[in-house]
Amino acid sequence: MRARLRDFWLLIYLIPLAFLGVLFVYPLLSILDLSLRPAGALDLSGFVRLLSTDYYVGTLLFTVYQATLSTAATLLLATPCAFVFARYRFRGKSLLMSLATLPFVLPTIVVALAFATLLGKKGLLNDLAQTLFSLDYAPVQLERTLAMIIIAHVFYNFAVALRIISGYWATAGFSVEEAARCLGADEGALWRDIRLPLIRPALLSAGLLVFIFSFTSFGVILILGGIRFATLEVQIYYQAVNMFNLPLAAALSLVQILGMLAMMMIYTATQKKMQLQLASGAATSRRALTGTERLAVGFCVALIAGLLIAPLIALVLRSLLAAGQLDVANYLSLTEKSRGSLLFIAPLESIFNSLRFALLAMIAALILGLIASYMIERPGRLARLADPLFMLPLATSAVTLGFGFIIALDEPPLNLRASWLIIPISHTLVALPFVIRSVLPSLRAIPPSLREAARTLGAGSLDTLLTIDLPLLGRSLVVGATFAFTVSMGEFGASLFVAQRESVTIPVVIYRLIGDPGQASYRQALAMSVVLMLVCACGFIIIERLRIAGVGEF
Amino acid sequence: MSARAVSMLLFVLAIMGAAVAQEEGRLVVLTHDSFAMTEEVLEAFEAQTGVTVEILRSGDAGQMVNQAILSKNNPLGDLLYGVDNTFLSRALHGEIFAPYESPALEQVDANFIPDDSFRVTPVDYGDVCLNYDIAYFEAHELALPASLRDLTDEAYRGLLVAENPATSSPGLAFLLATIAEFGDDGDYTYLDYWQELDANDLLVVDGWSDAYYGEFMVTGRDSGTRPMVVSYASSPPAEVYFSEDPDSGAITGAIVGDNMCFRQVEYVGVLAGAANETAARQFIDFMLSPAFQEELPLNMFVFPVREGVMLPAVFAEHAVIPENPAYVAPAEIEAKREGWIQAWMEVMLR
Repeated sequence: MRARLRDFWLLIYLIPLAFLGVLFVYPLLSILDLSLRPAGALDLSGFVRLLSTDYYVGTLLFTVYQATLSTAATLLLATPCAFVFARYRFRGKSLLMSLATLPFVLPTIVVALAFATLLGKKGLLNDLAQTLFSLDYAPVQLERTLAMIIIAHVFYNFAVALRIISGYWATAGFSVEEAARCLGADEGALWRDIRLPLIRPALLSAGLLVFIFSFTSFGVILILGGIRFATLEVQIYYQAVNMFNLPLAAALSLVQILGMLAMMMIYTATQKKMQLQLASGAATSRRALTGTERLAVGFCVALIAGLLIAPLIALVLRSLLAAGQLDVANYLSLTEKSRGSLLFIAPLESIFNSLRFALLAMIAALILGLIASYMIERPGRLARLADPLFMLPLATSAVTLGFGFIIALDEPPLNLRASWLIIPISHTLVALPFVIRSVLPSLRAIPPSLREAARTLGAGSLDTLLTIDLPLLGRSLVVGATFAFTVSMGEFGASLFVAQRESVTIPVVIYRLIGDPGQASYRQALAMSVVLMLVCACGFIIIERLRIAGVGEF
Repeated sequence: MSARAVSMLLFVLAIMGAAVAQEEGRLVVLTHDSFAMTEEVLEAFEAQTGVTVEILRSGDAGQMVNQAILSKNNPLGDLLYGVDNTFLSRALHGEIFAPYESPALEQVDANFIPDDSFRVTPVDYGDVCLNYDIAYFEAHELALPASLRDLTDEAYRGLLVAENPATSSPGLAFLLATIAEFGDDGDYTYLDYWQELDANDLLVVDGWSDAYYGEFMVTGRDSGTRPMVVSYASSPPAEVYFSEDPDSGAITGAIVGDNMCFRQVEYVGVLAGAANETAARQFIDFMLSPAFQEELPLNMFVFPVREGVMLPAVFAEHAVIPENPAYVAPAEIEAKREGWIQAWMEVMLR
């Protein structure tokens, strides 16, 4: 009986591994093999060129440097806000959380236009400064600087850190802190000895995701950083597409993947030492009472408003105003299929396509991610290997993987390269790491004693899962689901591969519109970006509701 | 137990595979992601031949060609459309095409036909040219530059935004125009020219959208600071076509002086090993027919290669076609592209 039960679990664990193996590892190995053994013999010229050219070494160093700065800046700003979100109840909290997550879905070119409105030479901030201090020059000169790259990375990744850390904090509770306070600990000691050590697993988890995201950054570097900055990802694209130098592209891809594996190993080694099992089972958010507490809430709201929401508002304004006048013709025309052209559907129709893929990807990522988290959490070698494996899709250049799909998934039963299935599949691959990184810290924080107690009281493993684990994981699952949904809504690379009508998603429409000259297409692209934000915001609210209905408040 | 898991997995994958299995009477056209064509036109072809047309977009032109080469043992489609003269040699060198000489080529200017092997057939062309904001030049009583040389003049200081040739197709085309004009060896090369442009406060950005909507200044639009941009000769008519009031006239113009533009010609070819070669050939004939050629300008903002095709009114009125665009042979482009761009990056980015 017991042996059969173990077999059953092994079988379940195989599902996410098979998914990843067939749809990610196999295509990746195929393209690496083709690139590094073009004529049957191993060609390592790419590696030689990479290591012997200062330029590529410089690119690698810059990639690490900007990713480190971006991660530090994101964690530094997001951690205090995460504390406020976990600790206090205040009006508009969940709305603020949703708004903070919206940047994640926006195409880089649209964000660049929003930033230009706000921070550009002729932008609002410069206008304000020039009027206030009667300056005759623009004091804010951020366009195409490293600072702009960091600001954009914080803008994109803030919500990743905020949601993961505050989700964990809420699960961990504040009972230890209250005990320490009773023993006379002051605010400084609380942060140093209690709060930061307590949330280290979540800090690491979020930091890892933000680092990898900044490490593999592409559009932000090219568009906002300008052409003088290049990351490994930019070089891979350039070598694979423009130069068609696959050996060098493969060498660069491998360096990127190995760099990420090294990060993962450090992460795994560190997080083991600092895991605390402290689930109090009570998320104790309360109203801010004292002046200091209100100030903290105010600071957090102001930070999110200034950093994340101001560019979004700039974008909305830009979409509504034409030459200083209110003009919504661009919104009204979104319901029409304005061009008779194939693949041009009425822009609003693309919402249904996007939602369908996002739902599929979210459900798949939640199921596979939950199973994978349980597998990783088990002691043993399999777990140690599986964790980095599931993170790999984030560190793999989209161009490399795209070529891998083309050559590997070309025969039945795996003839997927021209199928719409490739869209939800690739979205799921990218969403999985988010679900796992959200769920894992909370899963590890569940004290074994809780489950043992349940078993002693006669609960089976399914009962334990439903009554102990899922309620305790509820908040983390919401975090994971939100990101899986968001990743899918914002992604467009995979949707460009397939050209059936149903593959025309919102980001594809935005790119098509902004690829045509003319005021009307430009303003429709802006309107469509605002629609994308609205649809996502609605999605967040519904996901949040589902948690309450399905798992229950804890 | 695990054997059962494997068979279960195979079963699931088989279902997924079957869902996308090949159908009879289907033509798959591999193309780049800016492909657009009037639905009725494609339906007319389907009605004529009984063949269903499927369009498979495959990223930008470079990605598309690379994918076709990578998959040449098991081609992604029957036809590849949209490879241009800047990537043509790579595609020909990759041996992905089966020759086909369309009878409709009789109606096409021989200059568009790259060689007599007929592995590819020209379909359309477009010129990469400077665009300018008419109101700005009028208000400042500024003459238009009459040559690329003029752009290094103090009068045009800080007025131009161009795209990175390493990542942008018009950027590469403009680089090629400067190479055709100034050469790549001798006392003064295209690199010296670019250094002078740089000294004259040239701005280079990553891609066309970023340049056109982010940096190009059009009077009355809320963006950009530079009244000249590297774009297409067809952008001004498109600007009118997509303006909110098409009767108000052109607000931008294209500068089409001799050797100031670079002509991109787009080709189509039958992919070697195509499942449906007959239909692929029929489709090439169809692409050169007036029905298809007439629709090119308003779908993709390119010009038809077929002679005597009526242009839509907005093109007839606002489009200018350069008489003497700059020319670089496709074989030379393929042989030297990497070196040219690398040298450009060394001069411009460090």
